[in-house]
Amino acid sequence: MREPSLKLPAGLRSSWNRLLAARKKDRAYHPFDAMVRKELSDHLRSWRTNILVLLMGLTCIASIYAVLNGLDPNADLDDTTKEFLFLRLFTATDGTIPPFITFVGFLGPLLGIGMGFDAIQSERSRGTLSRTLAQPIPRDYIITSKFTASIAIIGTLFFAIGLLVMALGILMTGILPTPEQFIRMLLFLAIAVVYVAFWLSLSVLFSVRLKSAATSALCGLGLWIFFLVFYSILVNVIVNALAPPSEYEYVTWTSWFMRISPNYLFEEATRTLLIPEMRTVSGFLTLEQAYGAIPSPLSIGQSLLLVWPQLTALIAGALICYGIAYAGFMRQEIRSR
Amino acid sequence: MTAREPIIRLTRVTKMYGEYKAVDNLDLSIYPGEIFGLLGPNGAGKSTTILMLLGLSEPTSGSVRVSGLDSVRQPILVKRKVGYLPDDVGFYEDRTGLENLLYTGRLNRLTDQEALARAEKWLTRVGIDYAKDKPVSSYSRGMRQRLGLADVLMKEPDVLILDEPTLGLDPDGMRQLLDLIKTLSRERNMTVLLSSHHLHQVQSICDRVGLFVQGKLVGVGSIAELSKSLFGEDALRIECEASPANEALIEQIRGIEGVASVEHQDNRIIIDAERDVTPEIAQTVVHSGAQLRELKRKTFGLDEIYYRYFEGRGSA
Repeated sequence: MREPSLKLPAGLRSSWNRLLAARKKDRAYHPFDAMVRKELSDHLRSWRTNILVLLMGLTCIASIYAVLNGLDPNADLDDTTKEFLFLRLFTATDGTIPPFITFVGFLGPLLGIGMGFDAIQSERSRGTLSRTLAQPIPRDYIITSKFTASIAIIGTLFFAIGLLVMALGILMTGILPTPEQFIRMLLFLAIAVVYVAFWLSLSVLFSVRLKSAATSALCGLGLWIFFLVFYSILVNVIVNALAPPSEYEYVTWTSWFMRISPNYLFEEATRTLLIPEMRTVSGFLTLEQAYGAIPSPLSIGQSLLLVWPQLTALIAGALICYGIAYAGFMRQEIRSR
Repeated sequence: MTAREPIIRLTRVTKMYGEYKAVDNLDLSIYPGEIFGLLGPNGAGKSTTILMLLGLSEPTSGSVRVSGLDSVRQPILVKRKVGYLPDDVGFYEDRTGLENLLYTGRLNRLTDQEALARAEKWLTRVGIDYAKDKPVSSYSRGMRQRLGLADVLMKEPDVLILDEPTLGLDPDGMRQLLDLIKTLSRERNMTVLLSSHHLHQVQSICDRVGLFVQGKLVGVGSIAELSKSLFGEDALRIECEASPANEALIEQIRGIEGVASVEHQDNRIIIDAERDVTPEIAQTVVHSGAQLRELKRKTFGLDEIYYRYFEGRGSA
């Protein structure tokens, strides 16, 4: 209760006092706000989230570092490579360790699954679900607040890692990214967040539907490994069995089947965004199509246009999983344990 | 008190789980300030009824009103006024008791100062303020239950719903908790709805009870009313010990007006009567020259009432 010692004009003084009062005033949180804060602090305290974040951060930084170390300062580079050298940091590899975007595609789902697989069950098994639901809050706050908090953590993590890595790249190569490249990077990070959000909402869906946390973790991880390892094998088998009449069909069918996998969609989207020379996402160009094409990098708008379907599909996938989880949770009967 | 409006009113409420009727055409009114006990075996529909009151479960048909609000349409408003302590209450184990309460306060839109003041007040009241800064994982069962009560009281509700509040407590802890509930109800004029299958605790604090069997409410009223309706006017049983209890004495007792039946075994005589004939029996025994050792008028407790209901059900 210190009075400001200097004499202030009356108007200024009253506004100063109001400012002081506002700072001292204890606030009532909106319940949703309070729940998101609690979820955030739960995440920050939990070993699980911290380990996942650490894992993610270290591998990504390691991959960039490896690329930077492998750069040959005397290499004879063509113009486009020079122009986009900065973006190459994220897509190139020195052969020992996969590139940054592969790591994100690989570990991102793990992060999403790890944060969501027991979202509802943990509340249920602790007996806090029925207690929370007895408070005057709409039921969907529970699932939405968990989702929001996880996305906030993932978003912060990705943007932090992304910007850190950019800074590292600038420091070690001395190359400054152009504004366009910077925007490409930001878009890439945003897509990565959407991609992880898909896995997060899928695992939240499992956690709503399945009775035990172990089962839902296994389902999530199983699906992750399936898409990561076995799906491409499966697609190969199927396409071979369908006996495509020509190589063109073979390639097109394969890529259409592959696009069911969120990993593949993510890969396509990020590669196209970070490698401006990628002029098409289809693996096969006919001679007529290739004939008139000018071999120059695409502008950012064109790159974005190219991956728009992939991006939409990822967002839609995340929303569909979330929607099913949401609807399932709203209709669920909440008994204590 | 003016015309008593029920604070909780269930009208022809039915809840089906598939083909199974969990609650069957239930009518129930509970009035402000009373302590009402929901009694019944496991699976009788007590918890389902409670969930419907809170709007956590939708009745298949019928209406549920709490404080004049429809639980199905306005569950959030209802939950502002109703505190609910689930039977197996859980807390965030890694947080302290105080933090758990503050979180509940925030969910009820209390400011931080208010929440803190209330939390301190109720923690002191339930007697665990010494442990408020310890994580809940270190709490004992009794402390958890007390914390649960404090948690429910954070919103200072009009109606308190307790589902099996004394489950797993030792007799002493049980008594203390019930005393506390009763005192709180009286001083705040708070309606308490208590579900239990422990007959004695219900008997000790409830103003009225409702007996649940297979989703149906088979009896409502105070314990005296219930026993009257069940056992009729011959609800009086008198136990008498006199020596010597010979045939002559038995005959004389039989002769007393209002005595329905007399049984005896050695010196113990058990008399079922339509009215209170204790003074006459005493007189008769003393006049016959026998020694009156014990004379006891037995009232029917919840135990007898409860079993009588199930007997009736079993034979029907």
